[in-house]
Amino acid sequence: MDRETERYRSLTRRALVLGGVQTGLFGALAARMYYLQVVERERYQVLAEENRINIRLSVPSRGRIVDRFGVPLAVNNQNFRVVLVAEEAGDVEETLDRLSRIVTLTDFERRRALRDIGRRRAFVPVTLVENLGWRQVARLEANAPRLPGISIEVGELRHYPHGPATAHILGHVGAVSESELTGDPVLALPGFRIGKTGVERQLEENLRGEAGASQVEVNALGRVIRELQRDEGTPGADVRLTIDIGLQEYVQDRLRAERSAAAVILDVETGEVFAMASQPSFDPNQFTTGISMDAWNGLVNDPHGPLNNKAITGQYAPGSTFKMLVALAALEEGVIGPGYQAWCPGFLELGNHRFHCWRRGGHGWTALAEAISQSCDVYFYEVSRRIGIEKIAAMAHRFGLGLRTGIDLPGEKEGLMPTRAWKQAALGQPWQPGETLIAAIGQGYVLATPLQLAVMAARIANGRGQVRPRVTLRLGESGDPVADVPPADLGVSEASLALVRDGMVRVTSSPTGTARWAQIDVAGMEMAGKTGTSQVRRISTAERLSGIIRNEDRPWRLRDHALFVAYAPIQTPRYAAAVVVEHGGSGSRTAAPIARDILLECQQRNPARQLVADAGADAGARPAGSGGSAP
Amino acid sequence: MSLIARLDGSHDEPGMRLAEKVIQLPWTLVLLIGLLAAAGFAMLYSAAHGSMDPWASRQIMRFALGVAMMVVVALVDIRLWLRLAYPFYFLAFASLLAVEVVGFTGMGAQRWIDLGILQLQPSEIMKVAMVLALARYFHGPTLEEVWRPSRLIVPAMIILAPAGLVLKQPDLGTALMLLMVGGAMLFIAGVRLWKFAVVVFAGLSSIPIVWQSLHDYQRDRILTFLDPERDPLGAGYHILQSKIALGSGGVWGKGFLGGTQSHLNFLPERQTDFIFTMLAEEFGLAGGLGLLGLYFLVLVHGVAIGLTSRNHFGRMLALGLTTNIFLYVFINIAMVMGLIPVVGVPLPLISYGGTAMLAVLFALGLIMSVYVHRETRIPRRDFRAGI
Repeated sequence: MDRETERYRSLTRRALVLGGVQTGLFGALAARMYYLQVVERERYQVLAEENRINIRLSVPSRGRIVDRFGVPLAVNNQNFRVVLVAEEAGDVEETLDRLSRIVTLTDFERRRALRDIGRRRAFVPVTLVENLGWRQVARLEANAPRLPGISIEVGELRHYPHGPATAHILGHVGAVSESELTGDPVLALPGFRIGKTGVERQLEENLRGEAGASQVEVNALGRVIRELQRDEGTPGADVRLTIDIGLQEYVQDRLRAERSAAAVILDVETGEVFAMASQPSFDPNQFTTGISMDAWNGLVNDPHGPLNNKAITGQYAPGSTFKMLVALAALEEGVIGPGYQAWCPGFLELGNHRFHCWRRGGHGWTALAEAISQSCDVYFYEVSRRIGIEKIAAMAHRFGLGLRTGIDLPGEKEGLMPTRAWKQAALGQPWQPGETLIAAIGQGYVLATPLQLAVMAARIANGRGQVRPRVTLRLGESGDPVADVPPADLGVSEASLALVRDGMVRVTSSPTGTARWAQIDVAGMEMAGKTGTSQVRRISTAERLSGIIRNEDRPWRLRDHALFVAYAPIQTPRYAAAVVVEHGGSGSRTAAPIARDILLECQQRNPARQLVADAGADAGARPAGSGGSAP
Repeated sequence: MSLIARLDGSHDEPGMRLAEKVIQLPWTLVLLIGLLAAAGFAMLYSAAHGSMDPWASRQIMRFALGVAMMVVVALVDIRLWLRLAYPFYFLAFASLLAVEVVGFTGMGAQRWIDLGILQLQPSEIMKVAMVLALARYFHGPTLEEVWRPSRLIVPAMIILAPAGLVLKQPDLGTALMLLMVGGAMLFIAGVRLWKFAVVVFAGLSSIPIVWQSLHDYQRDRILTFLDPERDPLGAGYHILQSKIALGSGGVWGKGFLGGTQSHLNFLPERQTDFIFTMLAEEFGLAGGLGLLGLYFLVLVHGVAIGLTSRNHFGRMLALGLTTNIFLYVFINIAMVMGLIPVVGVPLPLISYGGTAMLAVLFALGLIMSVYVHRETRIPRRDFRAGI
């Protein structure tokens, strides 16, 4: 056998073996095909028809918001809602007809449902009705066989047990808008709610949590056959506020008599806000359960702005509540001394203009204490003329005016503390000497929010640091309050502050004080304060000659704003407050009594009691849980 | 025309004119190729939900181009292919090396060279080039010579060098294919069986080491293959969905354009690697077996051509390329049916893709050249003298 033949035979043999193996493998393929397509056919047909693997995101439970003592302010209620899967329903119209015999389905809801069904793919569930009651749920379950494609899902609904009392601080949640869509996939879930205002918005990140994901096999009826994998997600963290809900409700209630007002009470040491109220208010629960068009328009068009938190967004001329800062600027600059007196004949002339004191006859020779307690305008005209607007503005900034306080709430306004540079930049005009005088009595360009005024009062009472306000409680890992970073030094001498405080004490204590009828008559709880009445219109010379029209005789919109800032108790100040009543007429008659009532209530509740890590000098400090009233 | 005529000029053979060669072409094989390609066009049309765009129209153009090339390749004298075998191999190897340098990452791995008009996959070219080179090498030695271990050094390098490069890309599927085709050629060349046993034993005992060097995604694929339930939403998802699509097709299928799984996008890569699934879903067991039958006839042709050639180069070439095509078909179909791990191997003549189509038609052209020149005798040594 020659070599070539030998080689060819070997090759042929092996090629046939290889071909045989290949044929065998092809046979295996054919067998496998037969197995899948004939033997297992039914199983795979069922799977193909019914089996869909879905990844379902589960909405994380939103964190609760509680007050400083743990009372729930924002919670999640169970929300039973009816959903429809169009491809299972068959005749959607008929199913809706049957459904409407059990659950009231408004025309609007019906149209919205049909629209949603039209837009989405047939196997995507569409929400028809939310917030079912137990009875409706039971009836739906009983009628389930007659309602193909209809199922009941349980979701969560934000609920605010205290409604209007906490509306402005907490804000509310609402549907995610286009601009709010970030990378977080949970935001795209239908029906997901995001914080729109207030704490709900400020602490959205903390409250939201992380979406869970479950991978499920669902059949053609939309029922989950089995869960393949589940990631529970992380519920949102609870948030604890500095608010004392009891006090908050009291303050909100106390303002109810007024058409438009705001009040703030905070801790002069820590800046923790115990209560912050804005009148009128609204019930945020309307938004989560669906608000009618009329009710919505009513809220939006109400001239008193119920949706605004006036405590941080309302900007008012502070009026005479500003005078302490002028006094402090002058004392610190050495322009006036403790014994300085100004002569008040009822007016001061500067150039060819006459600046009037609120008391036509004047106050005669007036020292600082009387100038504050009787709110003599001419005294402050004279002092401000000597130190100028820049020094006043610098002092005002130290006490928080004209700057955002940095409170942890969205939308805070910064007010306005005018300076020469500001006027040149904003209005393109040079500063007029007379404008310094106007600013010195908190009029003209000066604007402040009620929160800023409360902070100012707190800093005067504290005297050491630039206390910063906040509404969320800082808690350490153990759950105890964490000491705040020491605030920046106020940089004002105690001697000057003592003189000013003395004037503020006399406002409520002296027989000639402007708020003498508003002193707290509980021993050890007395308050010091300052009235403010700020004009919202110009008083003409003619009117001044013929007698200024009394507030009560003017239309509401033209009446003066009534303001009062205060702290208590006098000896060891712990609480500071500011009250602003829009067009309330007079600070002493309208605002001061409110301040008196809320500060008394506050001291009796003593919300600061549990938060003092080191009781130290504070008389109000008590062991946790003792409750009751302060000494 | 003139090129082919010139290349055709042989002295020691009764010269064949071009027209004779064309008549000599294996026309049944051409018909089978046309049928397979037509099935591919239909499936691409269906994959695009009943549209020629974006796949079917381009595939038809490529096929027309490829068939023209195939005929030219078939008419080129087999001895020229013998002479060109090594240069062609080195060219393919160089371009494979170039991928490491200029290639960019496509589909998560470096596999492409962009030539502007088409992206070239050197690894596809290499599959053909390696067979050419091995056939060229084994044309010379006698059976006794093949049995000598020293005679296995060069072919081992011819196989392992490109396989190593491809593995580095990393493309486990192609590397394994190169090894299998190379092994098959050594087998038909007459290498002693105990040597295969040694290699297989060495291979098995090196599994732990290989396992260590695998990429995570490769380990994942193997683990998922062994237990698809392990990752029903990741890699196992594809196979699960593919099996559902296939199985639900039944005996007669859901009808052309009627594949619910495919058309609801449950099926991944339905125009490339998973195109057989779609065919079997829409045309059922009948369609699947029909396609398998067509491939089987192609392979039978290939083996028959290999066994009828009068030159050893032609035999080795035709049998090696047939094995190559077999592996494409088997790996792809076995993969979509969940018999072997998911490896990215296209279905020849059916899957959408330029290089694969051209490479397969080139290989078929070579097989045809073997057939056309089956009577040509080539001396074992000094064959150059004849040309």
